[in-house]
Amino acid sequence: MTVAGAPLRNRLTGGLIDRDQTLNFQFDGKTFQGHAGDTLASALMANGVQLMGRSFKYHRPRGLLSAGSEEPNALVELRRDGRQEPNTRATVAELYDGLEAQSQNRWPSLRHDMMAINDRFSTFLTAGFYYKTFMWPKAFWEKLYEPIIRKAAGLGSLTGQDDPDAYDKGFLHCDLLVIGAGPAGLSAALTAGRAGAQVILADEDFRFGGRLLSETQALSDLSGADWTAQVLAELDSLPNVRTMMRTTVFGAYDHGIYGAVERNADHLVAPAAGKPRQTLWRIYSKRAVVAAGAIERPIAFENNDRPGVMLAGAVRAYANRWAATPAASVVVFANNDDAHQTARDLRAKGVAVPAVVDVRPDAPRIDGIEVLAGARIVNTRGRLGLGSVTVQLANGQTREIACGGLAMSGGWNPNLGLTCHQRGRPVWNEDIHAFVPGGNLPAGQYVAGAAAGELSTAAALRSGAAQAIAALADLGMAAAAPELPEAEDAAVAITPFWQVAGEKRAWLDFQNDVTVKDVKLAHQENFTAVEHLKRYTTLGMATDQGKTSNVGALAVMAELTGKSIAQTGTTIFRPPYTPVSMGALAGRAVGQAFHPTRLTPSHTWAEEQGAVFVEVGNWLRAQWFPKPGETHWRQSVDREVTQTRKSVGVCDVTTLGKIDVQGTDAAAFLNMIYANGFAGLPVGKVRYGVMLREDGVAYDDGTAARLAEDHFVVTTTTANAALVYQNMEFVRQCLCPEMDVQLISTTEAWAQYAVAGPNARKLLQKIVDPDYDLSNEAFPFMACGEVTVCGGCPARLFRISFSGELAYEIAVPTRYGDALMRELMDAGQAFDVRPYGTEALGVMRIEKGHAAGNELNGTTSAANLGLGRMLSSKKDYIGHVLSQRPGLAAEDGLRLVGLKPVTPVQSLPAGGHLMAAGGPVDAAHDQGYVTSAAYSPTLGTAIALGFVKRGAERMGEQLRLVNPLERQELLVEIVSSHFVDPEGEKLRA
Amino acid sequence: MHRLQSRTPLGAAAARSDTIGTLTIAEITDVALVSVSARNDQEPALRAALATAVGLDLPEVGQSATADDLSAFWTGPSQWMCAAPYEGGEVLCRQIKHHVGASASVVDQTDAWCRFDVSGAQVFDLFERLTKAPVRSMAPGAACRTGVEHLGVYLWCQSATHWAVIGPRSSAGSLHHALMAAARSIC
Repeated sequence: MTVAGAPLRNRLTGGLIDRDQTLNFQFDGKTFQGHAGDTLASALMANGVQLMGRSFKYHRPRGLLSAGSEEPNALVELRRDGRQEPNTRATVAELYDGLEAQSQNRWPSLRHDMMAINDRFSTFLTAGFYYKTFMWPKAFWEKLYEPIIRKAAGLGSLTGQDDPDAYDKGFLHCDLLVIGAGPAGLSAALTAGRAGAQVILADEDFRFGGRLLSETQALSDLSGADWTAQVLAELDSLPNVRTMMRTTVFGAYDHGIYGAVERNADHLVAPAAGKPRQTLWRIYSKRAVVAAGAIERPIAFENNDRPGVMLAGAVRAYANRWAATPAASVVVFANNDDAHQTARDLRAKGVAVPAVVDVRPDAPRIDGIEVLAGARIVNTRGRLGLGSVTVQLANGQTREIACGGLAMSGGWNPNLGLTCHQRGRPVWNEDIHAFVPGGNLPAGQYVAGAAAGELSTAAALRSGAAQAIAALADLGMAAAAPELPEAEDAAVAITPFWQVAGEKRAWLDFQNDVTVKDVKLAHQENFTAVEHLKRYTTLGMATDQGKTSNVGALAVMAELTGKSIAQTGTTIFRPPYTPVSMGALAGRAVGQAFHPTRLTPSHTWAEEQGAVFVEVGNWLRAQWFPKPGETHWRQSVDREVTQTRKSVGVCDVTTLGKIDVQGTDAAAFLNMIYANGFAGLPVGKVRYGVMLREDGVAYDDGTAARLAEDHFVVTTTTANAALVYQNMEFVRQCLCPEMDVQLISTTEAWAQYAVAGPNARKLLQKIVDPDYDLSNEAFPFMACGEVTVCGGCPARLFRISFSGELAYEIAVPTRYGDALMRELMDAGQAFDVRPYGTEALGVMRIEKGHAAGNELNGTTSAANLGLGRMLSSKKDYIGHVLSQRPGLAAEDGLRLVGLKPVTPVQSLPAGGHLMAAGGPVDAAHDQGYVTSAAYSPTLGTAIALGFVKRGAERMGEQLRLVNPLERQELLVEIVSSHFVDPEGEKLRA
Repeated sequence: MHRLQSRTPLGAAAARSDTIGTLTIAEITDVALVSVSARNDQEPALRAALATAVGLDLPEVGQSATADDLSAFWTGPSQWMCAAPYEGGEVLCRQIKHHVGASASVVDQTDAWCRFDVSGAQVFDLFERLTKAPVRSMAPGAACRTGVEHLGVYLWCQSATHWAVIGPRSSAGSLHHALMAAARSIC
C-alpha cells in the first residue's frame, strides 16, 4: 500500500502528467496512486510494480514490453461485473480515479501461479505439441484434452454478464483522413486543413503528438508537446478539420472506407446515462494518409522475457512523457544509434545507466556512459523481475551487470497494418532493414512518416506535408506545405541483428510464447513458409497480432532457410489493427433494438385484448386471443376457428404485401409476372394467381384486383412482400422496359382486415355505407371495389376468402385501422364476432387446402401444388420455359393432398414422411412428406397437407406417416386437400 | 365527416414531440404524400403539366422543389414524391391526378409513411450516428433515400438545422427509438 503523498519509487521529475490531479486505482486488489495523464502501465511502473501478467503457454512472469498498442505482455481484466473487459493492454488503458484492474491467466495469484509448472515441461510443450501429443484416443480430444488445454492456456476471462453500457455507431465523410497524429500526421492535417479540405485527424492515443510527446529534441524552439499544442490549436480553429482523440482506425476497407473505434468513455468509471462507451465509425474518405508511426522490435536472447526487459523507445517514452522508470538502474542493449538516446535521456532524468551494450563493433560513444561495443547480452537473471544481465564482451569474456531494467532495440518496423489490409505486400528496405509499404496500397491511400520508413522527425514532418499535397492534388485541390520547424534529422544507423545464439529459450513472440527454438522446430518439420510458420507455432496470433514479433521470427526463419528476409516475406495483415469489442460492432442493435419491429394497425387494440404475438419477419402479428379461463393455446385457437365458421371472425391481414400497379400495359405486365392469365380480368374483379421463379418453381401466390383498366392491386404473402416487389421491379426495369407500367408498394398505406364467416356480409353491411349494395348478386365472390365506410371514410372492399368461408377483406387508410377494428367489434357484437389470430388463420387454410409457405417451399412446382392447369399455354411469363421441364411437370410427380388419420388424433407431425402401409421405412421407399398439420376443430381430428407421389390418383389409399426422430408411426388416408366445403358453396353464398 | 378516429404512426391520438437537449424530434401527421410516376415517355408532359398547373418544376436526382404549399422530392427515375398539407382522405391524390392526367400514375402514400422532423443545432451530429448519407454536405432542399437502423427512409433537408425523416409507418416506433437514443447519446 502506498502512503498518500509519499514519492513513488519509480516516479521521475517532469513529464506530461498532471501532478495536481492524483488518481486512486486498484490492481489485483491493492490500491495505488497515479496522476492524470498516466496510463495504467505508467502508473504501475511509477509505483514499482514490474510483474503485470503471466505468459500464454508457460505462465512465465511478465512485465511491460512496450508503451503502446503493440503491447504483448501487460494484459489485464479492466473493470468488473458486466463491464469487465479481458485482455486490455495496460499500456493504452488511460488512468482514471477508481480504475480497477486484475491480472489474468494465473492461479491463484500473479506472484504464485500454479500453472507455472508448464514452464518446467517446456520441452514437451513445443510448437505444434497439441497436434502430436493428444492424438489418441481420438474421442478424448473434444471432451478431455481440448478443455484442459483451453483452461491452461488462455487470456482473460468473461463474466458472462450483460454489458450494461450503450455503444454507438456512426458514419463520417471527408476529403482526407489522416491516421495518426504524430509529426507526420500533424503536418499532413495542417497542410490539408489550411488548403480548405474536409479533414479528419484520428489518433488512438488520448493525447495528440505521437512520438513527439516521448522525445526530448526540440522542434525549432518548442518542445514536441508544445509544438503539438500549437498545431492542434490551429487545427481546432479550422471548421473543416475534425480532430478525433482516443480513436483507433482499425481497418482499411474498399473504396476508401475505414473502420474506427472512438473510446468515448473508457477513461471514465462509467459512461453518463444514455451516453455511449464507444462509437464505431465508418469513415468514407476520398483520400487517406496513413501516419501510423513505427514499432520497435526486440532482440531474441536467453530469458529476454523477464519483467524489466523492455523496448528502448518505450523506456524513453515512460521516462520523458510519463516520468517513470522501470528501475533505478537500466542497461541498454541495441544494434542502432536511436537506442543510445534512451541512455542519454535516462541519465538526464537521474536514472543510472551502467552500460550500453551495442552489438556493433563500431558503435558510437556516449559521454559519461560506458558503451560496450561489439558486445551482446547472453542471459538475464532475477526472480519475478530483472536483477542482472550477463554480457558477453567483444573479447569473449562475460560480465554480469546488476540492473532492474533493460532497454533493448533491434531497430524499428514501420507500422504496416493499414497499408496491407487489402492484401498489399510490403517490400524490404535495405537502408533501414525493415519492411516498408509496397506499391500496392489500398485505393486512395498515401503513407507518411515513420510508417513509410521516414524515421527522423524532420523527415516525418516533410513527408506528412508532401503526402497531403499529393493526395489533395489527386482530388484537384491545391495545397502548400506549411513552414515546418527545425527538427531532429539523424540518418538511420543500424546493423541488422536478430538473435543471440544460445542453447536455452530466447523469446520472439512474447504473447504466444514462441521462441527461437520453436521456429527452428518448425523449420526442421518443414513448416518454412511464413503462413505455415504462423499456424504451426502460433506466432503472431492473438490480441497483438505479432506487432513486435513477426519480423524477428521471419528473420530467424530466413537465416535457417538461407533465404533473404525479402524472399521470406510477411504473413497477410488483416483488420482489425487492434481488438474491437463486440459491443462496438453491435452498436445500438441489442435487445429489442436488434432489428426494427413492424406493428399492424390493430396492434394497440390487440394488446388491449391480451393477444399473444408472434414474430413474422419484423412484423408482430396476433397469434391468438386468449379468453379468461383458457389455459392452453389450442382452446383459444379452436374457439376462434369454430366461432368464425359458425358466425363471423376478423383477422388483421395488413401484413400481406400490396403493390399498386398502374399504366396502359398494367394488364400485360401482370400476364408476365403471373403464370396464369390476367389480361381478361374485368374491372371490379379479383383473381387468384401463382408466380414462378425463373427456374419454373412456384414461389408466391396471391390475388390481383383490377380497380380500373390501367390499375391493379397485387397482393403477396407476408413473407415475400419485398421479394415480389423486387422481382416485379426487375421485370419492369430490365426485362420489359418497353411496357408502360408503374409500381409502388402500398402495404403500409392500408389497414386491411379479413372478415370471414356466414355472418360476414351482415356485419359488413353495418360498416359499409348503405349506398353500396353488398348482396351476392351485386357483389359476388371475387368482386372488388372502392366503397366508403362508417359515414364516408374511403375504403376498398375485396370479396376473397382464405378461410373458405363467405369472406371479405376491407381496407381503410392506415390511420383509421385502429378505429375500424373497434367498429367491427362493436358492430359485430350482435353476431358474437371474434378476432382471430395467425394460428386460427392457419388452421382454416389447412382445412380449406390452401397452400402457404410450407407448401411453397422452394422445391415445388405448380404441378406439385395441383395448380398445373393454371399454367397458361397462351402467353409468355416468368418461369414459363423452365416450368415445362420434365421433372417439374411429371405426371407421376408429387401432388398436394389432404391426409387424415384413420383414427382421429390430437396432432400429426408436420415434416413426417409417408411410406407404404407395410414394408421398409427408408429414403428409397419414400412416398412423400407432410408440409402442414393442425388440429381441426371442425373435423374433430388432426389433419394435414402433404405431397404424395401421384397423390391425385390415390384418393382413399392408406399410407404410414412416419417420424423416425420421435419413433412415431401412424396410418393416414389420402383425401382431398379441401377438407371443408370442397364445392366452394360457402364462399359463394 | 365519417366517424373513424385517426391514430398517429406512433399509435396515439395526437402527434408526439420530444425535446432532448437542443434537439426536437416531432412526429408529423399533417402532411399528405403522393407518389407521381411518369408514364412511359411522358416525363416531359408530366413536368409541363405540373409547371403549368401549380408552378412546380420537378427536381433532379437528390433534390426537392417547392411551389407554395406543394413540394416534391426525387425518389427514382421519372418518379417523385409530392408533399402538401393533409386535408383528409385522398384530396391531394385527386388534385395531382387532375393536374397530370394520363401523363403519370399517381398513388396516395400518406399513410404508408411516418415522418419525424428533427431540428436543432446538433442535427448533423445526430444523423452522423444514424445514416451514411453525407448530411453535412447536403444543402437545404436536398433529399435522399438511405438507411437508418435497418430501415429504408427518405432524408429531406428543410434547412441546415431542420430535417425530415420519412420512414415506413409500421416501424414508426423503431425509427422513433433510434432517433431518441441517438439524441440522448449526444445531447
